[in-house]
Amino acid sequence: MKTKRINFWAFFWVVLAFLYFFLPMYGTLDFSLRMKKGVLSLLAYQKVLADPQFLASFRYSAIMGVITVIFSILLFVPTVYWIHLKMRQLRPLVEIITILPFIIPVIVYVFGLIRTFSGPPFQLTLTPFKTDILMVAGYIVLAMPYMFRAIDVGMQTIDVRTLTEAAQSLGANWAQILFNVIFPNLRTAILSGALISFALVIGELILGDFLARPALGPYMVEVGRDMAYQPAALAIMSYALTWICLGLITLFSRSNNNQRQILGR
Amino acid sequence: MPSNNSQPIPVKQFQPKSQFTNWIGILPFFVFIFVFLIFPSLNLFSGAFKDQQGNFTLANMKFLSNPYVLKSYATSLQVSIITSLVGGIFGFFVAYAIVMGNTPRWMRSILTTFSGLAANFGGVPLAFAFIATLGRTGFITAILKNICYANAAGVQVCPFNPYDNGFNLYSLTGLVLTYIYFQFPLMILTITPALEGLKKEWREASENLGASSFQYWTRVALPILLPSILGSTMLLFGSAFGAFATAQALTGGSIDLVTILIGQQIRGDVLNNPNEGYALALGMVVVMAFMIVGYTILQKRTTRWLKL
Repeated sequence: MKTKRINFWAFFWVVLAFLYFFLPMYGTLDFSLRMKKGVLSLLAYQKVLADPQFLASFRYSAIMGVITVIFSILLFVPTVYWIHLKMRQLRPLVEIITILPFIIPVIVYVFGLIRTFSGPPFQLTLTPFKTDILMVAGYIVLAMPYMFRAIDVGMQTIDVRTLTEAAQSLGANWAQILFNVIFPNLRTAILSGALISFALVIGELILGDFLARPALGPYMVEVGRDMAYQPAALAIMSYALTWICLGLITLFSRSNNNQRQILGR
Repeated sequence: MPSNNSQPIPVKQFQPKSQFTNWIGILPFFVFIFVFLIFPSLNLFSGAFKDQQGNFTLANMKFLSNPYVLKSYATSLQVSIITSLVGGIFGFFVAYAIVMGNTPRWMRSILTTFSGLAANFGGVPLAFAFIATLGRTGFITAILKNICYANAAGVQVCPFNPYDNGFNLYSLTGLVLTYIYFQFPLMILTITPALEGLKKEWREASENLGASSFQYWTRVALPILLPSILGSTMLLFGSAFGAFATAQALTGGSIDLVTILIGQQIRGDVLNNPNEGYALALGMVVVMAFMIVGYTILQKRTTRWLKL
């Protein structure tokens, strides 16, 4: 009797969670297909994909995402490697620094960033190119908690010291150790960090909005103000994108379980 | 690092000898963090204590006691507390059902996957999803609106239209409903490890000693879980407190949350003194700092308990 009752409540809560998750998703999907009166159609999606502004802002955010990912990797992998190899006593401090973007609300951080770098002596917001530098720096900071954690966890699963000594004894220099030994061993960790960072940059509103750059976030807000059906289509597309990123992470980390540390070529 | 002297290759040249050379390896990181995180933050915080000429003042702190500002803090706190409590309790029950409830395996894996998705699905698209579902012409609104019947006088009445009954998605209620969409999955993700740490033997032991289910919960399970429940709830609080994009896209900035107010300040709409905006931002960080300190302390207690 007792177990039956527990099962009923478990079932109740799980069903409620399913409804809360799937009703808005289904509602959005249904809504996005009703642009043409009376029939289900993909018109809203066609309209979105045909909008040159959508393509431009998506391309801009995607490029920003890729640049952010590249610079994050180049910044964090050597740092985490060096901390694991030589400066273990610094790990707690660096860990606290890397979760700062969780403690400081994004809007507060962006506020500080704009006020600091828009005026003299830096004046980084005068040209689009300089503003983009500021954008990438901001994105790297915002994605840092995810990127650092992913690389840190990955670094813990490999024997950094042995790999380094082996590479050194074969005559490798630091660049060779990093690029031919450490990077290949961390590829799963780097990939999951990269995918999360990329998804974050694509969906980010605040930086692009307040630095007045043509990113996807501000574009979506604008569409939401002016249109009825396209926002629903955009929401479904971002669901799909988030799903793909998370799915790829699961896929890569699962396939990597079978293989252990690999050594450089 | 132990060097092997029999090696023909001079290993030593790659080994920085002093603490100083060790620091060079992590210098880029610290320079980057200082320039793009610490420096702007310090700039903001010191600006909260300066007037527009750069002299020290506490006048901006007085601005924080302005009724309009206090109300925005109250609204932000209200939304954050309600969504973290409701989302936290709901998420806890779902996580408990997943871990202990003998629910089918496929349900468990779908729910865990979706928690990861929903906890990461926020911002503007989330607002769009709720507008398409519960907005004036949304999917669920349309269904409820069309439940109509003829009353005794022969007039068509549609009693379930939510917008006739005081519901409005573009209000505080709507914001709470929308935030809970990412709050309870976040709770599921953070509380599941703690629930998995509850050992079956503890329940069996307390049952063998004659404890009722109620006694097991109040004397055994909850004292162990409480720190992590509170810790997770604080995490939820933080994610609601700092949220901006969803509120902006849902209500067009018509609800005065602190984040919305700061946003207007950046655009230069509302306040003409940027230093008052700094004070506004500093207030948020102070609230968050309290939360994180509490979270860290509680987190330490949890791990100590679960190691037993």
